[in-house]
Amino acid sequence: MADEEDDIILSELDDEALALQMHDDLYDGLKEEIEEGVNILLGRGWEPYEVLTKALVAGMTIVGIDFRDGILFVPEVLLAANAMKGGMAILKPLLAETGAPSVGTMVIGTVKGDIHDIGKNLVAMMMEGAGFDIHDLGINNSVDAYIDALKEQNADILGMSALLTTTMPYMKVVIDTLVETGIRDNYIVMVGGAPLNEEFGNAIGADAYCRDAAVAVETAKEFMDRKHNQMAPL
Amino acid sequence: MQLPDATTLTTCGLSVSDPGGRILLIACGAIAREVLAVTQANGWTHIDLTCLPAILHNHPDRITPAIKQAVDKNHDQYAQIFVLYADCGTGGELFDLCKKLGVEMLKGPHCYSFFEGNAGFAERSKDEFTAFYLTDFLVRQFDAFVWKPLGLDRHPHLRDAYFGNYEKLVYQAQSKDRELDHKAQDCAARLGLNYERRFTGYGDLESTLTGWID
Repeated sequence: MADEEDDIILSELDDEALALQMHDDLYDGLKEEIEEGVNILLGRGWEPYEVLTKALVAGMTIVGIDFRDGILFVPEVLLAANAMKGGMAILKPLLAETGAPSVGTMVIGTVKGDIHDIGKNLVAMMMEGAGFDIHDLGINNSVDAYIDALKEQNADILGMSALLTTTMPYMKVVIDTLVETGIRDNYIVMVGGAPLNEEFGNAIGADAYCRDAAVAVETAKEFMDRKHNQMAPL
Repeated sequence: MQLPDATTLTTCGLSVSDPGGRILLIACGAIAREVLAVTQANGWTHIDLTCLPAILHNHPDRITPAIKQAVDKNHDQYAQIFVLYADCGTGGELFDLCKKLGVEMLKGPHCYSFFEGNAGFAERSKDEFTAFYLTDFLVRQFDAFVWKPLGLDRHPHLRDAYFGNYEKLVYQAQSKDRELDHKAQDCAARLGLNYERRFTGYGDLESTLTGWID
C-alpha cells in the first residue's frame, strides 16, 4: 500500500515538474515512464523538439556526467539509454514531420575487426538527440564502407570507435586513405573508445578525440559552428 | 608456497609470503596459479612472487599506477624485478612505465594472447574477432569479472546489448580440468554463445619466464 501511495502520477505533475521527473526516470532507466511522459508533454502541446531537448537530452546529459564521474556504471547507462530510445521512437517521426533543423550529418561506426558498439551507440543516440542526422554503419567497418557512406550521405562528420588496442590503429588507415584520396578536409573526423586518448587522436590525424558521448556532442557542435562561420559570406 | 583462493586473488592479490629471493615477479592475480606452476616446475627457489588484485583486469586505468607502486616498494630488496602483465588495456602506458623503470614485462596485448602464443593469436584474431575469451581463472571467477560487473545479475535483459555481436565463447584452458570445462560451457550458455574449448597450456608465459630466469 505504501508503494501505491508513493507512486507519482505523471499526468498530475505540471510541465516543469514532469520534465524533472523524466530526468529522474531516465536516470533510473524507466522506459515505460519515459514513453508516458513524452506522450503527456506532446498532449499538452509541447513541440517534439522541445520534448527531446528539455526532457530527454537534458536528462541523459545528467546520466553522462554521473557516468564520467564514476557515480553511474555501464549497466545503468545502458538502461537509461534504453529508456531514452523508447522516448525517441515516439518523437522521431514527429520530428521528421515538423522539419526540425539538422545540425549536421554524421557517419559513425566501429572499425574493422572490432565488434564493440556500446559506446558508439551512446554517441550516436546523443548526437541524434542534439539534432544531427546519424548514419550508423554498425560494427567491423572497412575503409571503403566509411568512405562510401561519407560520400553517399554528403556527411559533415566521420565518427570512428574502437575498444581494442589491436583495432584502434585501423583509424589511421581510414584517415590516411582520406588524405591520399584528397578528401580529408571535407570531413570533421572524431574518434573515441576506451583505450584511446588525445595523444593518439592527434597522432593519427583526427580532428578530435572524444572521451564520452557528451564531449562528442559538444565537439561536433563546435566544429559545425566553425564550418558555418567559414562558409558565411564576407 | 600455497596460493590463496581465487576470490582472494581477485580482490586482494598476493603479498610476498616468504621474502628472501633475489628476483621478484609482480604478476596479475589472474595468472598467479600458472606463474607458480612454472616456477615450481623449474625449481626456481630464488624467486618471490607477489600479485596485484586480479580485478584490475576490469579497471585497466589502475594497473600502471599499481605496478609503479609495487616496483617502487620492492626495488631495493631485489636484484631484478619482472612485471607479469601484458598491455592489458593500458594503451601502452604500462610499456612506457616499465621502460622508464628498466624492468621487463610480458609481450602482447593481454593474457588471452600470450596464453595462446602472441604470434598465433594475432594471426587467428583477424578472423576470430567475434570470440569472447575466458581463461581458467576467469572461468572460476566468471560472476565476479563478467556477470556482476555488467549488471547481468540484476538486468539479464542487457545480455544482448553486451554480447549480441559475439558468436562464441572460447575457453582457453591452461589445465586439463573437466569441472572447469563444464563451468565454461555453462558460462557460454548464460551468455547465449556457442562454446569452444581450446587447450593452450601456459603459452608464451612459460617461454618468456624461462628466457628471463634461466
